[in-house]
Amino acid sequence: MYGALWRVLPGPIWLKIIILLVLIAVVLYCLVTWVFPWIDGMLQSNEEGTVSV
Amino acid sequence: MTDHEHPPDDLGLDDLFSSEGAEDLPGSSGGGGRRQRDGGRRRGKPKRRVSIVGVFGELLVTAGVLVLLFLGWQTWWQSGVLAAQQNSAAAEQSQKFLDQAKNEPTPTPTAVKQPDGTTKKDYGTPPVMSAPGAAQAFAVIYVPRFGADWKRTIRETVDVESVLNSYDAGVGHYSDTAMPGQVGNFAIAAHDTGYGNTFIDVSKLRVGDAIYIQTKDGYYTYRFRNMEYIQPNAVQVLYSVPQVKDAKATDRYITLTTCNPPYHAQERIAAFGVFESWQPLSAGPPKEIASTVGGN
Repeated sequence: MYGALWRVLPGPIWLKIIILLVLIAVVLYCLVTWVFPWIDGMLQSNEEGTVSV
Repeated sequence: MTDHEHPPDDLGLDDLFSSEGAEDLPGSSGGGGRRQRDGGRRRGKPKRRVSIVGVFGELLVTAGVLVLLFLGWQTWWQSGVLAAQQNSAAAEQSQKFLDQAKNEPTPTPTAVKQPDGTTKKDYGTPPVMSAPGAAQAFAVIYVPRFGADWKRTIRETVDVESVLNSYDAGVGHYSDTAMPGQVGNFAIAAHDTGYGNTFIDVSKLRVGDAIYIQTKDGYYTYRFRNMEYIQPNAVQVLYSVPQVKDAKATDRYITLTTCNPPYHAQERIAAFGVFESWQPLSAGPPKEIASTVGGN
């Protein structure tokens, strides 16, 4: 999978590395901005720290 | 046999997965023949292929990395970013109180001799503010045990959306309970994990630890006394004398409730404290929190 990605990337090695770094940065940005907060919201029990009957 | 030894630079990931996995599956009868074929293929332009096992393995590794990333992010986000946000919001609230009280006259304290020979300033009966409207900020809580700079805004009601989940507050006041300094039980609640990990350290309180409440009127000092692990429906901890039904309070208590265990909500912790003293804002903050009041 990643091997195939590496071969699909154009250019010499240094260009491939730069493209890869950019790709990783984009993926991380999406994760932190949308995916992680969404999962966090799903995981939180949302049960208050309160006592009630 | 020499052609089986790969040149080191030819050892890619796909070699590990595809050549073994894919070619072994369809009836691997002639081991030697396969090696010959392999070797022959390697000498020419290597033909890459993607195997199901290989992709599956990479997906699993990816999933593992993502979970680790998420855990790291969660820690950083909850106890780093959100906690800092709640802290600076509390600092602003505290500063607002100080600004409002700037021109108010300072009451004259009476000196009271302590049993150990020292004297202490006594400002008399603490003032009690009237209950604010829902979700309105009315106090800032300082607990040095939670961190030298730890402070949070307290809002009226324990509404989940508008108070407890708030990135600007975090702590809510049970609206049927006493106000700071009032005879009875001043009961507050917060999440222990999530939304800033507000009360995550409640279980670390030790007997005698100070809990300071700052309002527009002054600083109220409570001392932590004991803690109980309770069921989520144990509303007795909110009674005006905690845990005592129909008792008429003559003392001033504070009760902190939060979830237990961390990251779950099967139980609650209730931490109880008793009122010690109060002083007006103009008298300055208690020594222990002097460095953190009204600033970051």
